[in-house]
Amino acid sequence: MAFKGLDYYDLDELLSEEDRMVRDMTRDWVSDAVMPIIDEAYENAVFPRHLVPQIGELGLLGANLPEEYGCAGMGPTAYGIICQELERGDSGLRSFVSVQGSLVMWPIFAYGSEEQKRRWLPEMAKGNKIGCFGLTEPDHGSDPGGMITNAKKDGADWILNGAKMWITNGTIADVAVVWAQTEDGIQGFLVEAGTPGFTAPEQKRKYSLRASVTSELVFDDVRVPDSARFPNVKGLKGPLGCLSQARYGIAWGAIGAAMACYDEALQYTLGREQFGKPLAGFQLIQAKLAEMVTEITKAQLICWRLAKLKEAGKIRPQHVSLAKRNNVAMALDIARVARDMLGANGITAEYQCMRHMCNLESVYTYEGTHSIHTLILGQDVTGIAAFE
Amino acid sequence: MKIVVCVKRVPSTDSRIKIAADGTSLDTSSIEWILSPYDEFALETALRIKDAATDTEVVVLCLGPSDATKELRTCLALGADRAIHLEDDGASRHDAQVTSGLLAEAIAAEAPELVLCGKLAADSDQGQVGLLLSYRLGFPCVTEARELTAADGKVTAKRAAGGGTSEIWELPLPALVTITKGEHEPRYASLKGIMAAKKKPIDASDVSAPAETLRVTLMELPAERQAGRIVGEGAEAVGELVRLLREEAKVI
Repeated sequence: MAFKGLDYYDLDELLSEEDRMVRDMTRDWVSDAVMPIIDEAYENAVFPRHLVPQIGELGLLGANLPEEYGCAGMGPTAYGIICQELERGDSGLRSFVSVQGSLVMWPIFAYGSEEQKRRWLPEMAKGNKIGCFGLTEPDHGSDPGGMITNAKKDGADWILNGAKMWITNGTIADVAVVWAQTEDGIQGFLVEAGTPGFTAPEQKRKYSLRASVTSELVFDDVRVPDSARFPNVKGLKGPLGCLSQARYGIAWGAIGAAMACYDEALQYTLGREQFGKPLAGFQLIQAKLAEMVTEITKAQLICWRLAKLKEAGKIRPQHVSLAKRNNVAMALDIARVARDMLGANGITAEYQCMRHMCNLESVYTYEGTHSIHTLILGQDVTGIAAFE
Repeated sequence: MKIVVCVKRVPSTDSRIKIAADGTSLDTSSIEWILSPYDEFALETALRIKDAATDTEVVVLCLGPSDATKELRTCLALGADRAIHLEDDGASRHDAQVTSGLLAEAIAAEAPELVLCGKLAADSDQGQVGLLLSYRLGFPCVTEARELTAADGKVTAKRAAGGGTSEIWELPLPALVTITKGEHEPRYASLKGIMAAKKKPIDASDVSAPAETLRVTLMELPAERQAGRIVGEGAEAVGELVRLLREEAKVI
């Protein structure tokens, strides 16, 4: 049975024909290429790298960047829908695409030199080159402005020292976008794999995002030329701008994970009989399903409106915080409830909900923790920052 | 080379089929529509010829209701150059004579070198239209080709024949070939393809069909499957199972 996403309010009507085609194509591809292999990849903690060239060929990497750099030039809605459909498969896969597209290709496009764009964007769009994004440090997570990784001018070059942590794609990346303190404030650098002094050991033993690579980045007197520096941004607004892009996609992605869990819980409870009738016929189950349908529909409406704000150039980072905060918490709740509804079967790799649940624990924390987004909203409505 | 691919919009193969109140058609209220899977193979075959020879023009032709624009747009996103849509909300009721007559007229106006059809449409399962088209157009025809290549003014078709053998046929052009599932899975529309499809033309026109000579008088759903039965457990049940399969079910 082909996967059908929940669409309780006929939101399809709000999508353009083109956005619906993007959704159908991505959904079909996820059903054909991802679903058959993802449970094993997750169990074995292997990133399904063989999918990367396919993802590139479909045009899903940097889909919202312009065609002149080998990208698809799609709008924000299509980009969001892509994230939603990929995360219906697995948050790890969506994380790969978010990092490549929003955290590496986007800053190269927005902050990079023409030479940097021409060199990296077409190859990254095809999936021939993989990128990672180094902002978070072992001792600076929610407080990135306190980072200790630094870059010092040495003649025409820069010398980088420091370490980053929790970096998706790090070990498999051909290039890292690295944010470092300089005399002129925080600046971004493109550091290529293999540069002497730069290593990216993988962080193992995760119980979450197991089908995704997470790494440390270590910089020990790493020398890069000035042409590796982003010329067009200085200060914390550089990395925060990237995060707004990625968080936008995550807000959509969470809906995909939630729809997968809802669909699984619905099918399961319709099919399994206890006390002589389907579980779905019991009030406690129906209450859970009704709650899921309601929360997913609300999340969809948030994202649809967020896309419109983004299209119109009226989006603020706080709008994105609201969506990321709400939708990821919503998806995590739904995954946990679905796990409960599946009983003992819910804990096995035969079903998806526990994988989604474990993944979403990371999504809840990364790209601005749930708490930090709460405080961003709190600051926005009161004018008082609680975290400064 | 110009290739016309005939495509049809059919109910998704996992739709829950219900018969309408008239007893002779499907209740379409809860049906999801797709491109007929064999037509997808036919289009993929045409697109592979185009991949190899970029001066190939692939035109998709559809006789169907106005809603079938969605399926045509998908064909354009996959790589077809343009589409012709013969709009006819009663298309699903036509017999194959009527359907092939309307398609043949449109194909003749295009004067293609090659016409491809799926071996049958996944809704009616008849497989008549391709053959009738070849007769009407006067084109040589090979049915159920698994693979097709074009070179030097002819096409080479490979089809499965009896006893696991394969036949290779050479057809002079113009020709018509019906396509079945072969080695090549249909491609996915890429984002670039979807963007490009917006700018490709769909030439839509209303057609008025002549009266059918044949019509479906009644549709029936298959009988409910009966519940299974356990004939015993373990090795000692094998004898009884074999006896029932032979004497009652008569399948061995």
